Amino acid sequence: MRHILKNRILKGVVTRHIEPELSNEVEAAGLELLTAIRKRFGRSLHVREVDTGSCGACESEIISANNPIYDLQRFGINFVASPRHADALLVTGPVSKNMLIALKKTYDAMPEPKFVITFGDCALDGGIFKNSYYVEGVIKDILPVALHIPGCPPNPAIMIKSLLAFLKEQ
Amino acid sequence: MDHPEIVSHIRDKFPGDRVSLDPHAYPDELRMHASPESFKGVCLELHKILSSPVMMLFALDERAKLNKFVINCVFADMKKSRWIIVSMDTPPDKACFDSLSKDIYSASLFEREIKEMFGIEPTGNPDPRRLNLHDEVWPQGNYPLRKDFVKMQDGPRGDYRFNRVEGSGVFEVPVGPVHAGIIGPGHFRFSVAGEPIINLETRFGFTHRGAEKLFEGRPYPEAVRISECISGDSAFAHSLAFINAAEKIVGVSVPAKAAYTRGILLELERMYNHVNDIGGIAIDVGFSFPAAYASIIKEAILQLNEKLTGSRYLKNVNLVGGVSIDIDETGKRALLESLGKIKRDIEELARMLEASVSFMDRVDTTGALRRKTAEDIGVVGLAARASGIPMDLRKYFPGIYKDAKFNMITQASGDVLARLRVRISESGESCRLIEEFARDLKEGEEINVVPELREGCAIGYTEGWRGPVLYWLKTDAGGSIERCKIVDPSFHNWQGLSYAVLGNIIPDFPVCNKSFDLSYSGNDL
Repeated sequence: MRHILKNRILKGVVTRHIEPELSNEVEAAGLELLTAIRKRFGRSLHVREVDTGSCGACESEIISANNPIYDLQRFGINFVASPRHADALLVTGPVSKNMLIALKKTYDAMPEPKFVITFGDCALDGGIFKNSYYVEGVIKDILPVALHIPGCPPNPAIMIKSLLAFLKEQ
Repeated sequence: MDHPEIVSHIRDKFPGDRVSLDPHAYPDELRMHASPESFKGVCLELHKILSSPVMMLFALDERAKLNKFVINCVFADMKKSRWIIVSMDTPPDKACFDSLSKDIYSASLFEREIKEMFGIEPTGNPDPRRLNLHDEVWPQGNYPLRKDFVKMQDGPRGDYRFNRVEGSGVFEVPVGPVHAGIIGPGHFRFSVAGEPIINLETRFGFTHRGAEKLFEGRPYPEAVRISECISGDSAFAHSLAFINAAEKIVGVSVPAKAAYTRGILLELERMYNHVNDIGGIAIDVGFSFPAAYASIIKEAILQLNEKLTGSRYLKNVNLVGGVSIDIDETGKRALLESLGKIKRDIEELARMLEASVSFMDRVDTTGALRRKTAEDIGVVGLAARASGIPMDLRKYFPGIYKDAKFNMITQASGDVLARLRVRISESGESCRLIEEFARDLKEGEEINVVPELREGCAIGYTEGWRGPVLYWLKTDAGGSIERCKIVDPSFHNWQGLSYAVLGNIIPDFPVCNKSFDLSYSGNDL
């Protein structure tokens, strides 16, 4: 307990502990995102993530977006454990044949209204795994995709900015 | 047993032309060719002498040129810093080889893989089920790694049968492929009687993307980029193992500065993953403050990676012949400065965990994998070291680690706490190694050389943060790839997890799983 208290006090609030320029960008985009989410969804946006064969770097970045430094939750975005609780489906990976059924079932389990976001280059068209014998590739042909977040993997700042730009458009 | 002794021992046991040696192998490889009748015997003998699991077992399709399939089996001779490769030929019309899996457990999954990918029968393997090509979506008779495979042909589909534990009061709990967290897909089937787990069966392949086939026909620069996407959290270790094989083939020796840069980046990758797992173990027993603290350290390392290389996950750095980024004096200063802070934070993190009695109680004796079990099933890398098996490529194939006086870390108990402690100690050791390597970085030295392309085959290897990452590579004269076999340590170690959880309760499964933290995509390829 002593160590926890000591470190709690010494670390302080870390949320803005990144490069000042990036921090300001994230902060400004994030606050706007919060307003946009309040307006569109009443309170917050709940997201369910599905990995359809990604290498794990995309997952790592999504987890990073939830760390105390970016802390996506304060901008009104929650990652949920069940598709039943989700407004949006966040799909990573190039869709391995083995994941096709699971992906469709996850989408079907979500209540309406719902939308799909693809995350990372693989999820757009198979990326580096395009043309493989075991990759279905284009998620757009399987589910109605509303937004794509580009990158290999996209970093948390890009994620926040892409979501903001998308919600502003709506 | 010494190296010439091994050779003469094998020669004595298998006289005549049953075993022949390849004189053209690299200094860290010993290649033997065995006749189909003596292949199994030679492999069992080597397994016994070296007490090495089957590190790789894979097939090659040489039908177009030589009208045969080739089977290769790789063992590690740690004491002599050598890989021992036993190969045999099998004719295309009756392609088969004697199964090793009844005698060597670690061969079993490899054999199933060879069967589904090439249609070569491991005669005597008790488990005919497929691994990655799921019966529900992939018809029988399609062998994607054969050279003449073009497109999936429709045909009859099989079904997958899980092992069943029967008896009154036994329940099955199926979990996955889609899990509750932000994590890769895999299926776990627990059989429980009351609370304790009496059997765990895993089914993977959900992230199978046909990666090995994608390498074929590609030149090096493209292929390196694919190797970085085999397992995203080991992007650097995978590209390094690939590059290592390629550099052996082209016969290039990399400049010293490139070697030290690679050492630094490999250790940074190890650190951010170890810290991530230390935090993961804390969160899986509901101890959230240290978990948040660990994620701050991880972010600091990722940002340091970006500052040094332009990539948070160290992609686009490795080249055949060197590295693409130059760590200059400013970079070096930034590295050492951040490293100091990171080191202190990791020490604080460890102190917080160790000071919490309830946390220590949760991880102590949980998920224990005994040394004997780990040896029998061929567990490698970090999980093996936590169970007391001294096995680290950085020690036995040292390279630049030799001058840095690498200190291998092992624990005896094999439980979650042991794996946690190995991670904590290795993070500290990584800090020290980076400081050593950084001292040897000289301003203005060259960082890469242009390789001359050549044909050949070689094993590439590196000790990633999970364990040994192995690549076997064969290229043609133009430098494009004919076959690339990848073995991520996860492929060996998922079996270890299935045994470690036995007798534990399902609510402890997440923490056991996190203490191994294995890759889905590295396993499925």
